[in-house]
Formats: sequence, structure tokens, C-alpha cells
Amino acid sequence: MIRVQAEPFDPGMELARFGQGRTDIGAVATFLGLVRDVHGGERIAAMTLEHYPGMTERQLAAIEAEARARWPLDDCLVIHRYGRMLPGEPIVLVATASAHRHAALEACAFLIDWLKTKAPFWKLEETETGESRWVEARESDEEAAARW
Amino acid sequence: MRIRYFAWLKQRVGCAEELLDPVPPHLTSVAALKAFLAERHPGFAEALASRGVIRCAVNHDYVPEDAPLRAGDEVAFFPPVTGG
Repeated sequence: MIRVQAEPFDPGMELARFGQGRTDIGAVATFLGLVRDVHGGERIAAMTLEHYPGMTERQLAAIEAEARARWPLDDCLVIHRYGRMLPGEPIVLVATASAHRHAALEACAFLIDWLKTKAPFWKLEETETGESRWVEARESDEEAAARW
Repeated sequence: MRIRYFAWLKQRVGCAEELLDPVPPHLTSVAALKAFLAERHPGFAEALASRGVIRCAVNHDYVPEDAPLRAGDEVAFFPPVTGG
């Protein structure tokens, strides 16, 4: 399931609901991305995520389909926020469920790696001095996505 | 044809979107549209030249330079993504 939303979410509650009512799931792997208050040695006061409505959902759905084709997943959840958020707030949650741990762990890593290089989101950081700047894409993210 | 810009490219170009209606008949590929927009917006030309790869999507899918275009398409240009 894919959810793109401005509202904060409660990772504990989302996880409790994930795979609820099923007894064939042996492993759940998760990735939780948070807003950090430091980037490049500078204090970050807030972060705004811009996205491309329509394309975001389409790309996330394609990434989920790819994960389901590669690993035997019982369930899959991706929640990604947009809009303005503060340090400590969750940005993204990826959860995968499978009968065994390897499929769940690998699929979870795959999903976040591909999401980072394909889903149309852009981070705008606000420093404590009130400056705004767009976060640069990192080569290491491309490398992480390419290994799958 | 609807053209959309995102993130810092939107600021460089000076608008979030624009409508090409009618579409100049020679704009049949992404490459041709890029050249056309670079002439129209100095900020777009600059971004193409200096900031490395500008990504392009047609109707919400990533496409290569030689992808064909049709009049009703939504074409988006944006910098490398930084979500997650």
C-alpha cells in the first residue's frame, strides 16, 4: 500500500496495524526516515518536501510492484510525507512482511534505495538563520539504488 | 502541451508551469522541447548547461531524450530527486 500525505504519522501505530489479523507472516522489516537537525555541519530548523502529485504515487506503485515481483512479500507499506516538517518528525516509513527475514529485509532496503532515486520528492532545508536551500542529490544514493 | 517545473528549476525558470497551445509543430521529441525552452528561458538553458542532468517525465513516467511527444502530453522537468 502506498500513502502520500502531509499529516504526520505514528510509526508505532502504523506498524501495529501492518499485517494485523494474519498469522502466516514470520518477519516484518521496517525503515523509518526522520528529519535531522544537522546537515553539512549546519543546524536545520525545518524541512519542506515538495513533490509531484500524480507522478509520486505512480512511481511509488511501480517500485512496490517491482519489490513484490522480486521477493515473496505478504504485505508492503510505504508512507511518505510532503510539506513542512520539523527535526525529529518522521518523513518516510517502509515496511515489508514475508514468511522469512531475508525477503523482508532485502525488499525493505530495495524499496527505500529505489524510492530515494526515483520518487519525485525534493527537500528544501531551512537553516536556523532563516536561509532556505535545496538539498543536493548524492551520488551514494545512486550507487545504493544501482546495486539492486 | 503542459510543461511543469519543480524544486530549484522552478525558481530558475520563474514559473511552475506553462501551456504550449498550439504546440509548435517541430516539438516532436523531448530533445526538441528542451532546446525550445532553453531559448525561451535563460534560467532553463543555464540549468541544462551547468547543473548536470535535468530529469524529464512525460505523463508521470521518466523518459529519455529521444522520447516522442504529443500535443496533449504533460511534460515535467526537474532536478535529481532527494526524497526518502
